[in-house]
Amino acid sequence: MNPIGNQSQVVGNGITRRDVLKGIGAGAALLAAPGFVRYSQAQTSEPIRIGFQCHRTGIGAPYGRWYDRTTAAAVKLINEAGGINGRPIEIVIEDDGTDAARGSEVVEKFVRQHKVDLVYGTLFSHVVVGSAPTAGELKVPYYVVSEGYHVASGKMNRYCVQPGITDVKAQVRSVAPWIANNLGKKVTLVYPDYAFGHDHRDYFAPAIEAQGGQVVAMVPIPPTETSFTRYLPQIPRDTDVIYHVMVGPAVLTFVKELGEFFGNSGPKLFGFIDSLEAVDLKSPGLEFLEGSHFWEGMPRYAQADMPDYEKFYREAIGLDDNGASVNDARDISTAAHMFGCWETLHIIKRSMEACNYQGPQDRQALIEATEAMTEMEAGQEHPQGKKVFDGRIHQVFGEQNISQVKEGRLEVVHRTSIEDGRYEPEGDYTKMSF
Amino acid sequence: MGFGPYFLLATLEGLVTAAVLALTALGLSLVFGVMRVVNVAHGEFYMLGAVLAWWFASLVSGNPALGFLLAVVLSPLVVAAVAFIADRLVLKRLNYEAEGTIVATIGLLYIIQQLALTFYGAEARPVQAPFDWRIQLPWFGYSAYKLFVIFASIAILIGTWFLLRRTNIGLIMRATQIDRDMAQAFAIPVGKVYAGVFALGAGMAALAAVLIVPIKQAHYLMGQDPLLLSFIVVIIGGLGSLRGTVVAALLIGLSDGIISMFFSPTLAKMLATLLVALVLVFRPQGLFSPGGVAAR
Amino acid sequence: MSGSDTTRTILLHGALLAGLAALDFVLPDYHHGVLARVMVLSVFAMGYNIAFGYTGLLSLGHAMFFAAGLYGAALPIYHLGWSVWPSLGAGLLAGLVLAVIVACLALRTLGVAFMIVTLMFSQVFYLTTLYFTTYTRGEEGLVLQQGMRTLALPGGHISLANADVRFWAAWTLFSLTLVITLFLVRSRFGRALVAIRENEERMRMLGYDVFASKLAAMAVSGTISAAAGAAYAVLFGYAGSGFASIQYSILPLLWVLLGGAATVLGPFVGTLIMFYLIDTASSYTTPHMLVVGVALILLILYFPKGIVGTIRAKWLRWLP
Repeated sequence: MNPIGNQSQVVGNGITRRDVLKGIGAGAALLAAPGFVRYSQAQTSEPIRIGFQCHRTGIGAPYGRWYDRTTAAAVKLINEAGGINGRPIEIVIEDDGTDAARGSEVVEKFVRQHKVDLVYGTLFSHVVVGSAPTAGELKVPYYVVSEGYHVASGKMNRYCVQPGITDVKAQVRSVAPWIANNLGKKVTLVYPDYAFGHDHRDYFAPAIEAQGGQVVAMVPIPPTETSFTRYLPQIPRDTDVIYHVMVGPAVLTFVKELGEFFGNSGPKLFGFIDSLEAVDLKSPGLEFLEGSHFWEGMPRYAQADMPDYEKFYREAIGLDDNGASVNDARDISTAAHMFGCWETLHIIKRSMEACNYQGPQDRQALIEATEAMTEMEAGQEHPQGKKVFDGRIHQVFGEQNISQVKEGRLEVVHRTSIEDGRYEPEGDYTKMSF
Repeated sequence: MGFGPYFLLATLEGLVTAAVLALTALGLSLVFGVMRVVNVAHGEFYMLGAVLAWWFASLVSGNPALGFLLAVVLSPLVVAAVAFIADRLVLKRLNYEAEGTIVATIGLLYIIQQLALTFYGAEARPVQAPFDWRIQLPWFGYSAYKLFVIFASIAILIGTWFLLRRTNIGLIMRATQIDRDMAQAFAIPVGKVYAGVFALGAGMAALAAVLIVPIKQAHYLMGQDPLLLSFIVVIIGGLGSLRGTVVAALLIGLSDGIISMFFSPTLAKMLATLLVALVLVFRPQGLFSPGGVAAR
Repeated sequence: MSGSDTTRTILLHGALLAGLAALDFVLPDYHHGVLARVMVLSVFAMGYNIAFGYTGLLSLGHAMFFAAGLYGAALPIYHLGWSVWPSLGAGLLAGLVLAVIVACLALRTLGVAFMIVTLMFSQVFYLTTLYFTTYTRGEEGLVLQQGMRTLALPGGHISLANADVRFWAAWTLFSLTLVITLFLVRSRFGRALVAIRENEERMRMLGYDVFASKLAAMAVSGTISAAAGAAYAVLFGYAGSGFASIQYSILPLLWVLLGGAATVLGPFVGTLIMFYLIDTASSYTTPHMLVVGVALILLILYFPKGIVGTIRAKWLRWLP
């Protein structure tokens, strides 16, 4: 069976109502305690089943496609090298529609119908937050690749971990010193007026003030907005830097309108590439971004000094030098985020090997094995770079890239250190019960 | 930026919104007025127009104006054809009964949206504007194409007015609207008129989308906003009134832009929506008394 | 209505509730969980049915009542540390108050205008949940930890995070709502609502206070919808703005139409089938909502009265 791409046709060896009725008899069934139907699984040669909660539809779909490809490439690599503890990985994909309620239903479906060992791969924050309670109740490890400050806030539960991608709070703190020292001290924030944007707002202001900088204005944009020009006059004229971060299908409009509004005379721009993930930088209207700077989790464009393991990673996924699919140059990747899938899968492998994972009975041991991780060296398993994992808040910290648009390509001009992003943990999952 | 220029900018932006909204809403209003059908799939016809515009534009290389021209002509025609077929296959069989058509058009909404997802994909894709001029005002820069959209919309509205008011087609539509049975008795092919109106309404939505797509991108979920706004405009403007629709579109477009100058944007959206809702509550017949499509 | 009809009605609905209860013991885990969800969601559909099915009020804003219940229950638990019972009460109250206010305004309009006005009020509510992101965490939403979701009962405390407890809680709410609906639609008041739907003018001339009846219908409908929302919050531990979005106004309409408007069992049947339709389709194909679209059109063309409605029209004329 092809381990990838078979969606949930794989129905578990679930006991049907008929089986139960046949086996025990209706009378006995009525007397039995509710929920007595339990399963035992875990033959050692069976594949390890990972439920991949994928944004196939809804606003997260462009990310979902690339998360899918990255996952496929990483699983292929791991399986070719002998799998995990000698068992191959089998990915079971379910679409969550980028919807919180459906996300929680999907987690239940993974655990109870597909009998997966763990759930993995969610990106959008609201889906993570909506699914987390279900993962906690079903006691299934939930490895997210989201960059949101939800797992790290300590407000989820013991089963939620984010070991493959740095969270937004750390990203924001990492880039603030560089902005203050290189672009300017007076910053205007333009952000979407909901939780993801508020995280940027709440963590950037103190970070830039610590560098002697100042947030001179904040321009929240309502989430239902599709045109932006009328908000731009709120940007004070003495602004040195516009810090912009937008998500969703309207972001290209936003960046274009910023260009029309300011022309070549405006403040400097610092953006989060989230605005332009899966979008071609050579799209009409984006010319004015030339010379501006972006945060990138991992470089989209192949860099001249790229290490071999990064080349290997790009080749395995099928990325060309412009960060597009080798099969279709117009199919631009979500390079700044999707590496998290690759790294998370490798961490799952390492954790499972560390605790000698046999089956669902070892789920707690798996979480503890991940919690015990600390430093991760850059290499084939961690192509984005070295990382430090904080087991208390289930969150990883890594280096961030600051890239400049030069001739329509993003070139990395600075790499922040892990320490730049670290912060005091607000919780401790290891003290929570399972 | 001083108050004056800020106000100018908000007004310009409001006019662009109003221009596109007027076209979209007029399509809905025609369908609503003549057929008494609440077309929940109207926003998807708009989306389909934008997606097809991207496709047609990408067929032509070289001067972006050529691709745009192709899209302006073909995209509304294709969308109108889709609507025509939908009318014949579904709405006609339901005999245009109110609740049934709402459900059927919700079904149509999902079908069009999901087909777009399958064949077009989940990305937002831009269409290049036919010309790329930027007008530098003393206080800010502005896209010349946006001004073009305002004028194009005015021209199309005048054309529609002419069609409804000065041609036989308009006369037949009005007759059908006022009394379907009587029109039938006078040998007006009511079935064909209905299919034609449904196609025309969808085509107008598609045309509006082609105009907007160089400003905003084509995306398979883009249909919801124009649908809601068009409904609001149609209700406020009064059923089937061309003038009312245009005035209501201006009102909605401008108020949204200008209120957002004074309040936090999300609060502004809340207040604007509440305001319009209360207008509807206290003047449910619309701000302008209802009349024929081209009665005035 | 004859006595034998009453007996049959009681037997049928009693058998359904008993059957659902029995399923707790035999259903495989996954479907057991699904049924609990479907029962909660069909309470929402039953609430919607009171307004739409029986009274003929086509609202496109019921998401706000569901969300009022959701937030009414979740916010006091999350921020004030309330226990579950008073929070459920707060959820119901929030739904009731909102429904009365909205109805007082929206009932001044008729038909399509009513649909649009309710939709807009609901949109305002949705934006409100985003505007107060500081407290609601907006679209990202809030998690109610398992410890916050323990229900005090005479016998001691039980955790609503437990699958079986959740099933029984959902079943209890569902049963209560079903009985209330049954009682309501067979009462004088219920028959008055149907008569208003059929001919409002006539009822007015007969001396009925049509506005008051509609207001009462909206209040009941909104409160039941809020009960579903409050239950969702405490049973599934999550509250987010998504539940206030227009999608959650369209869903109960679909469920009710699929099952059969103005039938007592229709909302449950519709919710159940729609859930499995989406759940199955999404496993096999990416554009799974396409299946929903096609199903809707086929349904309205060939079974315009919905499933239970068609059964009633063709075979069981006594169905309530």
